[in-house]
Amino acid sequence: MRRRGFIRSTLAVSLAVVGIGMSTLAHAADTIKVGILHSLSGTMAISETSLKDVALMTIDEINAKGGVMGKKLEPVVVDPASNWPLFAEKARGLISQDKVAVVFGCWTSVSRKSVNPVFKELNGLLFYPVQYEGEELEKNVFYTGAAPNQQAIPAVEYLMSKEGGGAKRWVLLGTDYVYPRTTNKILRAFLKSKGVSEDDIMEDYTPFGHSDYQTIIAKIKTFSSAGKKTAVVSTINGDSNVPFYKELGNSGLKATDVPVVAFSVGEEELRGVDTKPLVGQLAAWNYFESIKNPVNADFIKKYKAYAKAKNLPNADTVVTNDPMEATYVGIYMWKQAVEKAKSTDTDKVIAAMGGQTFKAPDGFTIEMDAKNHHLHKPVFIGEIQPDGQFKIVWKTKGPIKAQPWSPYIAGNDKKKDEPDLAAK
Amino acid sequence: MNLDTRPFRGPAPFASRGVRGLTARTLAVLACLLAFMSAAQALLPKDVVAPLGGDDSDAKVAAIASLGAIATPESIAFLKALRDENVSVTTEGRVLVVNPDATTEQNATDPVTGETLALPEGADTLTISNLLRGALDAAESGLRLLSPDVAVRRDAARSLQDHADPEQLPLIKKALAAEKDESTRESLAIVVSVLELKSPDVATRKLAAERLAETSNGQVRPLLAALIETEPDAGVRSAAAVSLHEIDGRLKRAEWMGNAFYGISLASILLLAALGLAITFGLMGIINMAHGELLMIGAYATYLVQLVFRKYFPGAIEWYVIAALPVAFVIAAAIGMALERGVIRWLYGRPLETLLATWGISLILMQTVRSIFGAQNVEVSNPQWMSGGITILGGVTLAWNRIVIVVFAALVVLLVWMLLNKTRLGLFVRAVTQNRRMADCVGVPTGRVDMLTFGLGSGIAGLGGVALSQLGNVGPDLGQSYIVDSFMVVVLGGVGQLAGTIIAALGLGEVNKFLEPVAGAVLAKICILVVIVLFIQKRPQGLFALKGRQVD
Repeated sequence: MRRRGFIRSTLAVSLAVVGIGMSTLAHAADTIKVGILHSLSGTMAISETSLKDVALMTIDEINAKGGVMGKKLEPVVVDPASNWPLFAEKARGLISQDKVAVVFGCWTSVSRKSVNPVFKELNGLLFYPVQYEGEELEKNVFYTGAAPNQQAIPAVEYLMSKEGGGAKRWVLLGTDYVYPRTTNKILRAFLKSKGVSEDDIMEDYTPFGHSDYQTIIAKIKTFSSAGKKTAVVSTINGDSNVPFYKELGNSGLKATDVPVVAFSVGEEELRGVDTKPLVGQLAAWNYFESIKNPVNADFIKKYKAYAKAKNLPNADTVVTNDPMEATYVGIYMWKQAVEKAKSTDTDKVIAAMGGQTFKAPDGFTIEMDAKNHHLHKPVFIGEIQPDGQFKIVWKTKGPIKAQPWSPYIAGNDKKKDEPDLAAK
Repeated sequence: MNLDTRPFRGPAPFASRGVRGLTARTLAVLACLLAFMSAAQALLPKDVVAPLGGDDSDAKVAAIASLGAIATPESIAFLKALRDENVSVTTEGRVLVVNPDATTEQNATDPVTGETLALPEGADTLTISNLLRGALDAAESGLRLLSPDVAVRRDAARSLQDHADPEQLPLIKKALAAEKDESTRESLAIVVSVLELKSPDVATRKLAAERLAETSNGQVRPLLAALIETEPDAGVRSAAAVSLHEIDGRLKRAEWMGNAFYGISLASILLLAALGLAITFGLMGIINMAHGELLMIGAYATYLVQLVFRKYFPGAIEWYVIAALPVAFVIAAAIGMALERGVIRWLYGRPLETLLATWGISLILMQTVRSIFGAQNVEVSNPQWMSGGITILGGVTLAWNRIVIVVFAALVVLLVWMLLNKTRLGLFVRAVTQNRRMADCVGVPTGRVDMLTFGLGSGIAGLGGVALSQLGNVGPDLGQSYIVDSFMVVVLGGVGQLAGTIIAALGLGEVNKFLEPVAGAVLAKICILVVIVLFIQKRPQGLFALKGRQVD
């Protein structure tokens, strides 16, 4: 009796174990793994943490509606800790060990440059959600942020126009790395093509994490006292913006005298700043939280509710911004492409991405270009308001096509506007 | 109506004390009032208001300037509505003032006719961009010149120097004639000269250009420079060039002064960051890699005090920084003392292990803060009295928060010096650092003194954190960006020397700020590091060496 009982119970247990094992196996086959590669610590955590949050929110939302091709998405979150070589290592792990179908990640151009070879070698798929300097077109990357002609050039054109104050003299100010240097190279060539002379352009760079902007602001003041309307184009990145804007506010340099247009300052970065002295300073993006349309209202509501439900830090003051919107759009477009290709195979998904459309929070139905891996995006220019939001003062009539190879850099006219698919 | 239909009967109705007379009088008054009220809501010239509904931004700016020049209560009210973005433009280009508090459907008023109506479908708010905001500023400054308050007038006159419109010239001249306050008069005289630079009369222009030589306002410079380029008359050009030369000389001096101040300001920050380390590393010889995190904790303490003030004492929010000082000191000192008792004291005489252990602690502290407050930076705002700045010599703006921090750094140095040299604790500290065994022998409680000294150094780092929170970012990584600078200052100044630390901070600050305009921020930083490396090679003991027996 006792022995039989023992055998029986052992059998039952082992059956149960097998059952559990099989169910996990079945479970594993039922999900699609998705990698999220954003710095959750280090200098870039200030900007990238919210991208991870919005990506998880979007994945939750897709899962709640039945997932992709009947399979649930399973996010794999890793932290490359603002360490550029670590980005490559983590990307390799995501693709070859976790076998993710797609990765959403990176913020700085240097991190993207670091993972590009990995995605190429292992034929992975990366969605990059931040505005960048162009000069790149990888087969394995989809760029859901702006190329220079979707942000930098329109912003400068606006400042040159009568409405923007008719600026004639330019200060190009940035953090010392690849994105600001390349953008300023493009802008310099653009300004020259508009007849701005070399003497009327001042270019200056500060190290990452710079916090003493007294001298630079004094220099801008001197530069602007030469008798022509002066404007500042800022490609300062990361949390250096806070001391820069604090100093700017204290110096009494008002937006009506010398407007500053920024390409890396959004709602998130302004959370740490008293914006009252900065009213009227500008930023150019493809999305602002203050855009009024039902899709955006829904997007903001969803993110606020998500932040509260997940108890994110400072959940009651969360904001949405451009790269977050780009992440959201990217994940949905990937989902549509997978459903069109009926497969998560990288090459099939890449083929299906071209021409995908999505009703985005920026108020337009935006389209992934058939060939060049970039979105057609509308451009908005906003002025900072006392509450840290942006008021839109200028916008394009509709989405414009990205030019990853800027025509203002010599030799780019010969480059093809699509990635080289033959090279694998 | 009644008044009109009734035949005129001489003074009788008014003279009579009957009921009828009274009614008539009331009616008359009412009619007057009605006429006045409709005037208050309307009666702006159509040709002035109309361009605001168009697309031409120059015309809009001109319209705002004209509205400012009209200077009637109606135009003032209209300008205010413009600034508050309560003005809408219909699809046909009609300009309407929207009443946001309206309870009825009739929520819009036509400023030209005074007609009230419901805001038509498709009407768009007239957005105030920088261009229009500048015009509004100028128009409103002109109006504020009429204020009875001297301070308001002075401020208005000063802001008019930046962007006055020629249309305001009569208004400004009138104000100048009536003005009694000397400072306001001076400012207004400059404004008049600036505006007269655009006068069609050559003699007036020349006189204006000459008069401007006396101003030290940097804002005038661009106007003169522009005049030289566009002016047809040679006499005016040369007058402008002479004035420009004088202003430039003055600005050059101002720039030099500015750089000197920026250097002192940077020095005060370096000093506040390094002073705590000068005690823990300099006097005690502990390589404390967690020093930066003590600064960070001081900054977070400021943030917490700000939160408490916002919640419980919103009336006294302006003074939260003062209250944050003791809080930050106590918290940082307590953490420092716990560190010393818990970890560091077991590692005395083993610098490598101390370095590793404190580095580990710095990681723990950073991650703890990240877990509690999140990886995002937190907002620490400057109180009103620390915002803005004063402009000296016409061109250099010294920010209040920096001035306050320079003074604060000086006070902290004084305090530390007094503590070390005038108190019993200071005597013990010096005794222990100079000769630990002998001090022990004569009955100094060396263990307690170690703890208190480390606590003092940490507490001062906390105070530094309060100052840093007023300038830059407050985030978990705040300490990382200061730790290298702090060690640099202490090592350069000479380990164990308070005076050396101060001189090193001043030297580094000034050299950096005079190099930066020439070489740029990146190159300046590299240059300084190279110079320090060379200097330490030549003189490993730093600027000031301890004389006599070494601490070991």
